[in-house]
Amino acid sequence: MDSKVDPALRYAKTHEWVRIEGAEAVIGISDYAQNKLSDIVFVDLPAVGKELKAAAACMVIESVKAAEEVFAPVSGTVVERNESLVKKPEVVNSDPFGAGWLVRVKLSAPAEVSGLMDAAAYTAYLGTL
Amino acid sequence: MQQTRLHEWHLSHGARMVDFGGWDMPVQYEPGPREEHQRVREAAGLFDIDHMGRVEVSGPDAEAFLQRVQTWDLSTLKPGRAHYSLLLNESAGVIDDIFVYHRDDSGAAPWMLVINAANAPKDIAWLRGQARGMRINLRDLRDDTCLVALQGPKAMQILQAMSPSEDFTGLGYHRVVPRSLAGTPVTVCTTGYTGEPGCEMLLPARDCVKVWDAILEAGSGQRLVPCGLAARDSLRAEACFPLYGNEIDETTDPHKAGLMRAAVRLEGHEFVGRRALARIALAPLSEVLVGFQMDEPGVPRHGYEIAAPESSGGPVIGRVTTGLFSPSTGKYLGMGYVKAAHAEEGTALGIVIRGAHKPARVVARPFYKSPHWR
Repeated sequence: MDSKVDPALRYAKTHEWVRIEGAEAVIGISDYAQNKLSDIVFVDLPAVGKELKAAAACMVIESVKAAEEVFAPVSGTVVERNESLVKKPEVVNSDPFGAGWLVRVKLSAPAEVSGLMDAAAYTAYLGTL
Repeated sequence: MQQTRLHEWHLSHGARMVDFGGWDMPVQYEPGPREEHQRVREAAGLFDIDHMGRVEVSGPDAEAFLQRVQTWDLSTLKPGRAHYSLLLNESAGVIDDIFVYHRDDSGAAPWMLVINAANAPKDIAWLRGQARGMRINLRDLRDDTCLVALQGPKAMQILQAMSPSEDFTGLGYHRVVPRSLAGTPVTVCTTGYTGEPGCEMLLPARDCVKVWDAILEAGSGQRLVPCGLAARDSLRAEACFPLYGNEIDETTDPHKAGLMRAAVRLEGHEFVGRRALARIALAPLSEVLVGFQMDEPGVPRHGYEIAAPESSGGPVIGRVTTGLFSPSTGKYLGMGYVKAAHAEEGTALGIVIRGAHKPARVVARPFYKSPHWR
């Protein structure tokens, strides 16, 4: 199945996306990732204040199938969590690039962003999977 | 990997396939497990269960043999009826949980057992071993039949509309009868694994795709969809039906699994494991199977530890056998074995999820009762 790719975002090979907003970044998972996971039933969000390290596991998303780790695409401190996912985790399935965002972080190493794929590169990468 | 007779159909209809005990099975179709689950609760779902084992038992000693190898008293099971039962070893460990069908089709042997797919080779070898000296014949029905399940409140109406001259909607529960669908003779068993009304059907192998398609077409106006193993598992878990390898195995006995009333009749027959069952009944149970509900969101999973609540020190008192987010109740639920002192309804538990103790409490089973039973 063809996965949607939001042209305005940057992507990690582990299928997380980042939207840069000044000194902060919003993090989520891609349409490809939510589709692979199947129906999402719980998102175990990290606490506000937690330090995320790029490429390290930072939270767990539970689907009907399994518990899957999400890897931080960039390093930073969690400043906000998408609390609406506690009641409605399925929004990550229905709107992964919008209302299904996961956390907002204050970037601690903004230069890392340049190491992520842009939409064209991520689309090409999906074609190789 | 082994394939069912509907394998090609699944691949050409958008199924995601998964290895299930050596069988390449559909885990879900395009709508996804949650939608498939809801369709079965509200309308109907069609399942490929052709991987399940089924064995015909015939010969002069067939009934005497079956009385000895399984736990239900078959002298009370009239022709045309089916019952849940167990195969036990000498220590009353569960070799498999099964359904016994007493058929009354002309031309068919009277007894059929439906057994778990992954256990089929083990079961058949064990049954053959138990058959020494008895005049019985075991035949693997997988060679020439296909097994499917149609489950949900609309299931029997769909079949009724396909064959108006025969009775489907008036059959009642746990019956086994010969019928015809799309011009094909089938055996309809009003049994299932979802907690909803419906049936499981034995189809002639060569016509199975034709009948499968005919059922889907007949049910399209009733919101019937094909369903995969993910929905099958969440449906059975809400109904608290045991899954072999999770709730039961050769180290669990029917006392602690809470299956005595559903599957065992001690009177009327001598069977393998009966003496051990009587011995187990004399002592208080050390651990029992319970249902529990999470007090906060989180998915308990098979194998996770169950602890006493943090306030009482939090020692491990059991393990999770099944856990899920339950679509029909909106709750995070599970089953597991706990020490008997922690089994009472309302007892606080801690489920150890990724190192953290998440509060839960023992609740009544089943988690979901269908309002569609007449």
